[in-house]
Amino acid sequence: MLSFAATILLDGISYGMVLFIISVGLTITMGLMRVANLAHGSFAMIGGYIAGYMTQRGYDFYFALLIAALIPGILGAFAEVTVIRPLYRKGELSQVLLTIGVVFVVTAAVTEIFGAFPYPVKFPDYMTRPIDIWFRTYPGYRLFLIAIGSVIALVLWYIIDHSLYGARLRAAVDNSRMAQAVGMNVNVLFTGTFVVGCALAGLGGAVGAGILSPEPSYALKYVVLFLIIVIVGGEGSFKGSFVAAMALGIIDTVGKYFFTEVAAYLLYAAVFVLLLWRPQGLLPPKSVA
Amino acid sequence: MTTTPALSIRGLNKSFGAIVVAQSIDVDLKPGARVGLIGPNGAGKTTFVNLLTGFLTPDSGTIALDGERIEALAPEMRVKRGLARTHQIKALLRGFNVRDNVAVAIAERRNFAWRMMRYTPQWRECLEESQTLLDDMGIGVVADRIVRELPYGQQRLLEIAIALSLKPRVLLLDEPAAGVPSTEAHHIHDVLSRLPKDIAILIIEHDMDVIFRFAEEIIVLVQGKVLTRGEPAAIAADPEVRAVYLGRTVI
Amino acid sequence: MTPAKPSTPAKPSIAPAVAASGTGHYPLPIALAGHALPWLAIIAFFFFASGGGYLSFGTTIMIWILFAMSLDLVLGYAGIVTLGHAAYFGFGAYVAGLCSIYLTSDPLIGHAIAIVAAAVLGLVTGALILHTTGVTFLMLSLAIISMMFEFANKAKDITGGDDGLQGMKVGPIFGTFEFNLFGTTAYVYTAVVLFLWFLIAWRLVHSPFGRSLDGIRQNARRMRAIGTPVWWRLLAVYTISAGIAGSAGALSAHSTRFVGLDVLSLLTSGIVTVMLILGGTRKLYGAFVGAVVYSVVQDSTAKISPNFWEFIVGGMLILTVLFLEGGLMDIGRVVRNFIAKIAKRSGVA
Repeated sequence: MLSFAATILLDGISYGMVLFIISVGLTITMGLMRVANLAHGSFAMIGGYIAGYMTQRGYDFYFALLIAALIPGILGAFAEVTVIRPLYRKGELSQVLLTIGVVFVVTAAVTEIFGAFPYPVKFPDYMTRPIDIWFRTYPGYRLFLIAIGSVIALVLWYIIDHSLYGARLRAAVDNSRMAQAVGMNVNVLFTGTFVVGCALAGLGGAVGAGILSPEPSYALKYVVLFLIIVIVGGEGSFKGSFVAAMALGIIDTVGKYFFTEVAAYLLYAAVFVLLLWRPQGLLPPKSVA
Repeated sequence: MTTTPALSIRGLNKSFGAIVVAQSIDVDLKPGARVGLIGPNGAGKTTFVNLLTGFLTPDSGTIALDGERIEALAPEMRVKRGLARTHQIKALLRGFNVRDNVAVAIAERRNFAWRMMRYTPQWRECLEESQTLLDDMGIGVVADRIVRELPYGQQRLLEIAIALSLKPRVLLLDEPAAGVPSTEAHHIHDVLSRLPKDIAILIIEHDMDVIFRFAEEIIVLVQGKVLTRGEPAAIAADPEVRAVYLGRTVI
Repeated sequence: MTPAKPSTPAKPSIAPAVAASGTGHYPLPIALAGHALPWLAIIAFFFFASGGGYLSFGTTIMIWILFAMSLDLVLGYAGIVTLGHAAYFGFGAYVAGLCSIYLTSDPLIGHAIAIVAAAVLGLVTGALILHTTGVTFLMLSLAIISMMFEFANKAKDITGGDDGLQGMKVGPIFGTFEFNLFGTTAYVYTAVVLFLWFLIAWRLVHSPFGRSLDGIRQNARRMRAIGTPVWWRLLAVYTISAGIAGSAGALSAHSTRFVGLDVLSLLTSGIVTVMLILGGTRKLYGAFVGAVVYSVVQDSTAKISPNFWEFIVGGMLILTVLFLEGGLMDIGRVVRNFIAKIAKRSGVA
């Protein structure tokens, strides 16, 4: 019984880790730049495809991860300058529509290049084997996810809460006009952060390929999930996105085990109720109302 | 002879965590009053106005308009009861022209803005009333211009016009002359001096000239608390007030 | 202070109406001709297309137009950014379909019930979420449509789930006009309904209510500061719009005698939003332009490859947002501005 509960918990947490790695970039950029970027999932998707491409051709797994993070980062820099920047001033709707347009274009391109079927990533052998963890054997892959997710979370937490860059970031999230007035180069901060967010998304898409497998409809299919994490956690809130990702991972897993019939429905209902109760999210970064 | 104050505030309190923005504020405005609210930056003057108008909810305290309690009402309901304000940061309908900005307010006041089907001739009346009011304030010539294109001083005048068009009993003016170039400021001063005598007016200003010319009573707000209140001459001579305004030589 | 006497105020009865309609730059005869154009086109299409079997394509486009028009009220005029409007379209479709199976085969009765049902759904959901704004509202609207989609998907006994609602019995309209294979009845039925709703929508947006919506869209806080009960106005337009969307759904159900899950999908919401943006918001006719352009482009490119189609839609969206904010109907203004800019540069102005 306990082992079953622990399994569900571990499954949920490992899933949540993937969601967190992908979404944390989105929450920071949405909170920072106030741009609703629905194309964020595309960067994760690209990361997954790159990892798939490289591992299938025998490249080292970790090298593939590096490239899977790097290329979306570079693409992100390019996208920020050309496509995202004009969106700062425009309203939500324009942002939503333009980024959906980007998703469509990327999806079509990916289908053209890689075909319409899921494109798997070849994980190293030690991950595909189940590992003995005390009360049962558990897939190594999921343990890997928990490990890498925790490392990333800790590193980010340290950077955001304890470094100068993090302080600047938090200030700019709180009040970008004030930040500018104090002399911060907000543009560079935005672009840099956006790039990091996209790189993280790419990494998340790559490591998470065992759960969210890379396929052309990836970006569109999962955008609602990423948005849920960002908005429920609170835009711009790193801690919020972590909590929301864990919650979503666990709730979704529990749902799949027990309430298969209504799992998805329950998830959306939970989000609905939560947002009505706390429209600003669970852990909004703004300290003063 | 005790007349019901036009606006009566008792024990208004508001904090955001550790930051106290309003502390036990008591204010009475009699009908036709001309009261100035001054205080250093961050004293909580605009917060006070937001509490009065309902865009902020106080932690405790009561607000009564002509004797009727309004602190539980939504902002738009307070407007209907007769409480109007101007805004410090531009809050105009920038896509509309000047006349329409006022006419929309008149339409709400006349209670037919909800009509869905008929293109009523009452709208023409709103436009006419709007034009008259604008003429009276000296900006009738620009009635057709889109707000975006107006010089700043005229936009501020428009703010006042919109508030007046609501025929309020209490008017809160939030720094009506702030940022207006001196070439246009006299226009605003003129309008202020000609405001209807039966309206109780609370004006927030940094420009001491305006305050001392306009106000019969001055309230000094510091860090959310009323420091002192009294006639302009007394306030000007008050050493405590001078200390708060360290360095200001205008008094 | 000597205020100069202004010239007589602009003719009040025309100026605001004109300002709101977007045809303000053109003299009256041209504006009237512009108004007549879409309806003449609809009538003309009926006669030209009967032979070639394209009538059902035209009917589908008109249904999209109606749906997009309902979205224009909410999104264009009131500024409510929603991605869940298909919830009311789909609900109307399913209600109409279920009515035809269980209640009566009279399409008009089913249609009326669908409108009321969708409006009630709009009223309830609107009352729940309209106090929020921005991404929170967007997310809530997404949650609503996702919940409805999942429900319809799982409740196979009621909705037919994946396979769709089968067994609709759609009787003749007024007892005489039968729905036939050629789609003539469906076409005329849809066109008439569209026309009636258009008249209502037109009056609505040119009424004092419509103007207050415009104000709310521009600056809701300002409107509250002049005493507007903003939430109630938004709820009113949201409910009406939901009813119209439900009407479009009913038309869809009746004309195809089928209701599939896709009527409740996020994709449908997305498509109608794309159509409206493409055509131009706050013009009512933008829905017409957008629906036609989208449908024609889709029809021609999908034949080449579904990939190509996705690529084109994405590209259209990006270009529209970046360069054509008022949609295709704005092309006139964009061209005029461009010409004016060139004229100024070459020293003419």
